[in-house]
Amino acid sequence: MVLKTNTGNERMAEFLRAGRERISREWVAAVTKSSKGRISTAETERELLPMLDALIEAARLGADESSNPCFDELRAMLGEYSRTRARNGFSPSETAVAVFALRDTVLSAVGEAGETIPYADFAAFSHLIDDLGLVTFETFAETRERIIANQTEQLLELSTPVVKLWEGVVAVPLVGTLDSARTQVVMESLLTALVSTGSAHAIIDITGVPAVDTQVAQHLLKTVVAARLMGAEVIISGIRPQIAQTIVALGIEFGDIATKASLADALRTTLSRSGFEIRKGDRKA
Amino acid sequence: MSNRIPIVKVGDVLLVSIQTDLGDDTAIALQEDLSNRIVETGAKGVIIDISALEIVDSFIGRMLSVTASMAHVLDADTVVVGMRPAVAITLAELGLYLEKVRTALNAEMAFDLLARRFAERGEGASADGTGAGEEPLAAAAESA
Repeated sequence: MVLKTNTGNERMAEFLRAGRERISREWVAAVTKSSKGRISTAETERELLPMLDALIEAARLGADESSNPCFDELRAMLGEYSRTRARNGFSPSETAVAVFALRDTVLSAVGEAGETIPYADFAAFSHLIDDLGLVTFETFAETRERIIANQTEQLLELSTPVVKLWEGVVAVPLVGTLDSARTQVVMESLLTALVSTGSAHAIIDITGVPAVDTQVAQHLLKTVVAARLMGAEVIISGIRPQIAQTIVALGIEFGDIATKASLADALRTTLSRSGFEIRKGDRKA
Repeated sequence: MSNRIPIVKVGDVLLVSIQTDLGDDTAIALQEDLSNRIVETGAKGVIIDISALEIVDSFIGRMLSVTASMAHVLDADTVVVGMRPAVAITLAELGLYLEKVRTALNAEMAFDLLARRFAERGEGASADGTGAGEEPLAAAAESA
């Protein structure tokens, strides 16, 4: 036991346990201050104190690498802490500062205690804190990435409703930029709706599409061709003046695909194609 | 020989419902049978139902095109019905637009479409054949 090389960590653990009261108070104060009032002192205490205890316990057991199983509990706590912070919109440095603040706190405590802690011990401890900081950061980034991926998926689902305008007429009001993935979703939901509603006419309204370039036009054309292959006719509506200018300037050919300025025009055309006649009734309103 | 696809006559229309994935041999046999039946029955329209087909490759796509052209020459309109969304997307991605083939969502709509075409054709024939302008193949067949 005596010959074990990591007695330094044990010394450090002893020091931390002796100064636990003071270190935890200062640490909690520093972290609470960095959260700029978004998290109360009591809450910070509830989060940080178990971590400090876990750290002391792991160091006492002689672990000096954060990958050591002794640190599993502490790592789990840090992960949970980072996830909460990431979800609540804290910045990465605001999250990582919680770990690094512990080093500053311990450093000042060591400074006051004089020569009782060798420099090498503190350097090892500092290295450990760095490792734990990295764990925090990784969990934080991972959580944010998962949030972004979820949102992207939700956007895809949200942005492509197929609405029935009339018996045998469905419409897709497109909102936002069209890319390949979205076109695929739009195409699939439109074609499926054509089959399920037995509609021979469809209107794609691009009023909410900010820009139409050659690629977007290509996607639209493919959708129209696919609908035609299934036996439905598609009209593209909601072409704003700037977009009309862009389309011509880019030399995009819509061929024999009907295009209309407004959804109302498209609906009127569709209805007259399917044999309906619209006129004002005699009845006074 | 055993796996021939049945061709059903409904009024002036021949109805072909493809229920299994088409092999190349079956496809060619169908083409032969169909042309024979059009001549025998004097049908004015052909409806090919492909709603059971999960895979339509370029060969089947071309077969449909050729069949439609062939039917045109024999003075019959071809309508392909019931193409699945996934098949339509694949063909569109492949650039196979089947331009010579008429399409409809289901057989009922195809019958409506053919009825309209027959009515138009009846008028066109009684006048001077102006209706033939939109179908170059049929026009070519008439002038030949």
